[in-house]
Amino acid sequence: SVSTQDPALHGQYSTQVSILSAMELIWNLCEILFVEAAAAGPLLLRLLDWVRLHVCDVDSMVREVLGSENPSKHKLFWNVVDIFVLQGRMDEARHLLSKEATANPTSMNMYKILDDLMKKMPVPTLGNTQTLTELELKWQHWHEECQRYLQDGTFASNPHMESICKILLGDEDAILEKKELMTTWYHFLVTRLLYSHPTVKPMELRFYAQSSMDLFLGGESSPEPLDMILMAAFEFEMHQVIKECSIVLSNWWFVAHLTDLLDHCKLLQSHNLYFGSNMREFLLLEYASGLFSHHSLWQLGVDYFDHCPEYGRVYLELHIERIPLSTEQKALKVLRICEQRQMHEQVRSVCKIMAMKALRNNRLGSALSWSIRAKDAAFATLISDRFLKDYCERGCFSDLDLIDNLGPSMLLSDRLTFLGKYREFHRLYGEKRFPEAARLLLTLMTAHIAPCSFWMTLLTDALPLLEQKEIIFSAEQTYELMRCLEDLTAGNPDKQKFQEDDVETTKVEMLRLALARNLARVIVKEGTVEGS
Amino acid sequence: QDNRISIWSAGDLGNVGLNGEYHGEPHLLCDIQHNGDVMDMQFLDQERIVVASSTGTVTIFRHHQNNQTLSANHRWEKAHHHVDQDTSCGGAACTGVVCNNPEIVTVGEDGRINLFRADQKDTVRTIDNADSSTLHAVTFLRTTEILTVNSIGQLKIWDLRQQRNEPSQIFSLAGDRVPLHCVDRHPNQQHIVATGGQDGMLSIWDIRQGTMPVSLLNAHEAEMWEVHFHPSNPDHLFTCSEDGSLWHWDASTNVSEKPSFLHQGGRSTTYLSHSTINQSVVSAWLSNDPTKDRMEITNLIPNQTLSVNSLDVLGPCLVYGTDAEAIYVNRQLFA
Repeated sequence: SVSTQDPALHGQYSTQVSILSAMELIWNLCEILFVEAAAAGPLLLRLLDWVRLHVCDVDSMVREVLGSENPSKHKLFWNVVDIFVLQGRMDEARHLLSKEATANPTSMNMYKILDDLMKKMPVPTLGNTQTLTELELKWQHWHEECQRYLQDGTFASNPHMESICKILLGDEDAILEKKELMTTWYHFLVTRLLYSHPTVKPMELRFYAQSSMDLFLGGESSPEPLDMILMAAFEFEMHQVIKECSIVLSNWWFVAHLTDLLDHCKLLQSHNLYFGSNMREFLLLEYASGLFSHHSLWQLGVDYFDHCPEYGRVYLELHIERIPLSTEQKALKVLRICEQRQMHEQVRSVCKIMAMKALRNNRLGSALSWSIRAKDAAFATLISDRFLKDYCERGCFSDLDLIDNLGPSMLLSDRLTFLGKYREFHRLYGEKRFPEAARLLLTLMTAHIAPCSFWMTLLTDALPLLEQKEIIFSAEQTYELMRCLEDLTAGNPDKQKFQEDDVETTKVEMLRLALARNLARVIVKEGTVEGS
Repeated sequence: QDNRISIWSAGDLGNVGLNGEYHGEPHLLCDIQHNGDVMDMQFLDQERIVVASSTGTVTIFRHHQNNQTLSANHRWEKAHHHVDQDTSCGGAACTGVVCNNPEIVTVGEDGRINLFRADQKDTVRTIDNADSSTLHAVTFLRTTEILTVNSIGQLKIWDLRQQRNEPSQIFSLAGDRVPLHCVDRHPNQQHIVATGGQDGMLSIWDIRQGTMPVSLLNAHEAEMWEVHFHPSNPDHLFTCSEDGSLWHWDASTNVSEKPSFLHQGGRSTTYLSHSTINQSVVSAWLSNDPTKDRMEITNLIPNQTLSVNSLDVLGPCLVYGTDAEAIYVNRQLFA
């Protein structure tokens, strides 16, 4: 956002940066108080780190002062020293003060004393090198020493140093004077704790927090949402923190993840909400559902649902069916997710949608490919019927590249098998392999691979074979054909109509004639085999 | 949706300002809005890029290097479309594009093949209904012949010199007609072709003989989106998949000297190739002696999460992009 030229965009980015900073602030505090559950002693150190990291940006001011020729003469010099002290950064403060001392030899004495006090200040340490009681004792002595120096008027001639000494003593007014530098009440809180109650216990924080906020704001301004959230954290009201964040933030991202973290640390009592799932799952479900409306983040939503043991799967099933399948590639990704989770219904549903789309666009090969993926025999039958219909209407097959190359997928549905075999028949016929073609044709009918509606067409296809000069059908086969024909005509319920239809009747008659003639020829032929 | 075509510099050029903080990281030079998903793209020449869109449009973008901008040079709207009146736009995704300056060939979900020339406004030639299923990818076999793969597991050769709209040859997988998603031709030996399928299987074909693949190699656990022979080191092949892995297949014959488990990146495993046809060919991809040939296969992605959708390789550099909105650049492929 630093680099954006466009002011509107800049404004937008700054807002987002500030929201993100606020989130980081809250998150880190929650980590310190809830997750790490820092105890008295380390607690203060953590809070100091927190303030230094998040609350004010002193670096630019520091750079400016240090970079100048005469740092101690810089107008912001004392501001920098003060902020170092307020943040407990003693070494850095002392370093700067030494510059002042060298520049101003008259204050050398004062400087030495102050420097010594700052060096000796007892602070909590990590690890077990001292107990809290030891620390408190040491601190008490140090505090009294500072008190003595102040009362003796050691720093009387230098107001800046005197103010620093007062801060070291935890004088609230002195600290409050530096309000502008601290900028926030929680910085004030931590500074106060550093210089008056370094061994503060976690449960005591709430009192100090409340009073700090009151003193800092001083009735001039009212607390903002961020302040309320932080206050709730200091009061260890986890649910309140979550609730306030939910109200203020525009999406569930922050709250869902924070709750998840707290839940994993076993810090949230499982509050059963009205519909049975717990708060963590509820928030994760909400967040993930939000992701699903995004054109590419839905894939992340899947992972979130996977981690919701109670309702995750149901939500996933519902959401995944509603992803717009704009391209085949997207559909394939959705399918892969469903297959990995054994969501068979959704697999079938997605494949059916894609197959229907393909069918409507006359992409029969694509439609078949989708049915194969879903192992959807019914749809494969539908597609085969389409092909057959096309054939009947046009007299030739469309999409031969598909039908000729069905391979094992032919077995997916009977109708598809028939289609493949029927095409094979035509191929054999085209290659003049008549006996094989004839055998295949017969098998199609006798093995009931062909649907009854197609028998007439098949028998009609047999005609040219019957009319050939050489005999193709054996007697046995001819009898079979005749039987098929009779089955067909006998089985027809609407005999009346059938007989009146001229074309149909002619066809049947021609067939009967051809069959009879063939039978005659073949009987003779077969009868004379044993001849000369 | 805000889809963009972007040009990045992979850290080689001087870094602009900012104390060299971004040294080595890809750095965005310029970008431009794109309508629809980018399904495929390829450089036409030093300055122009051809892009295939999910709306069915094919666009040529020009990269102006002097002021680092991109502009749309030419557009073929609805190059791929369905005839269905129900859909609002009737567009069909353009799934693959391949260039051989000045010729451009595209294929799409409408089963159509389009032939364009960069300098001509109108389509040079269209083969409608070239395929009854979706064409997933296209590549040049020779200057006048192209290879396509479709969603019923067929590899087809088309001779563009011929006017008839039929493929000159059709190859298909034995067994189930698993859809094929990608195809690439060996850079030097034009009869060797590699394809990747929906089941993650890598197939190597010798198109001079037979109609079935020479080798079938069990590779990924999900769709193989792209396969590429290394252009100057063709004993090396790269594949990427929906399962989030990117594999480097090393068929160079001195593999046996290298210790087989020392490789950058992920785990290394060794497979034997299963071949079905006997022949004596120089290329490591087609030879079938199981005792002699060991192909070394490495997964270049240590922690795989989401799909690797696309990859490209040139010299020592490998680039790939994932569904996790990340682009990775590996500049020391053979180190």
